[in-house]
Amino acid sequence: MIFITLLIIIMLIGAIVSCILKDLLSAVIVGGAVSLIAAILFYYLQAPDVAMAEASIGAALTTAIFVFAINKTKRLEENEENN
Amino acid sequence: MKKIISFVLLVIIFIGIYFAVSQIPYGKDKMSVSKHYLNNGVKENGASNIVTSVVLNYRGFDTLGELTILFIGAIGLGVVLFGFETKGKDIKSPSLILNAGSTFLFPFILLFGIYIFIHGHLSPGGGFQGGAVIASGFLISYLGYPKKRISEKGIHIVESLGGTLFILIGLLGLLLGGYFLSNILPKGTVNTLVSGGIIPLLYVLIGIKVGAELAGIIYKLME
Repeated sequence: MIFITLLIIIMLIGAIVSCILKDLLSAVIVGGAVSLIAAILFYYLQAPDVAMAEASIGAALTTAIFVFAINKTKRLEENEENN
Repeated sequence: MKKIISFVLLVIIFIGIYFAVSQIPYGKDKMSVSKHYLNNGVKENGASNIVTSVVLNYRGFDTLGELTILFIGAIGLGVVLFGFETKGKDIKSPSLILNAGSTFLFPFILLFGIYIFIHGHLSPGGGFQGGAVIASGFLISYLGYPKKRISEKGIHIVESLGGTLFILIGLLGLLLGGYFLSNILPKGTVNTLVSGGIIPLLYVLIGIKVGAELAGIIYKLME
């Protein structure tokens, strides 16, 4: 139970951090970690089917696709006041 | 002033959602449909994984809808990325470790994905999960060998074949069993590989289709 609570807290922190971060690549990596923790939580909640889908699609493929998109565009978020 | 208004709105929305959600009795099963699935699913379909028998038999039509959504998504990506021609611009060759590692891992990832969707009616997992695992195998092989391409035509043929055969099996069920995607094949013994009628067949088709589609999406994005 403590383990699950710890995972949920880490997941919440990760989700907030990925919203705050200016470096998009780091944000995407943190988002992938959030997905992975979600997969572990699904497994603990006895939903292994959903856990597998979340781990393979959410953590692996979505992260990869976002990384490709960042690779095509700019890595750092631009500050609007400087423009 | 704006902040106060938005805060008041947030509070109102919170109260509304709280009162709506607090009425729901969590943890109590009120639906008789789910009870029926849990009690009779194994008997009626012969698939020991109840999730699979719900996804492919009781709600098979919805699965067809999901497949269509994925197909339309892949087509949309192709339409958006149609004009871009950046093939082979500045591809760096990867390091030796990535190269050798991707060669070593690719067949095992492929095998694992195929295992997941062939055993979809026995163990957790199924066509979508297996397809995603196969696509991540193609992703790692692409990272190891960025210049190597699989033919786009082959991907399209495989995914179209998967979708068409799925619908054909469904129509066959309509013809012989009376409703779309009815389980026409013999059920077999529960917990063996050949059981569950058409369910393993459908999951193999879904796995191939999803794998080809996601791999195609990755290849399109990498160009």
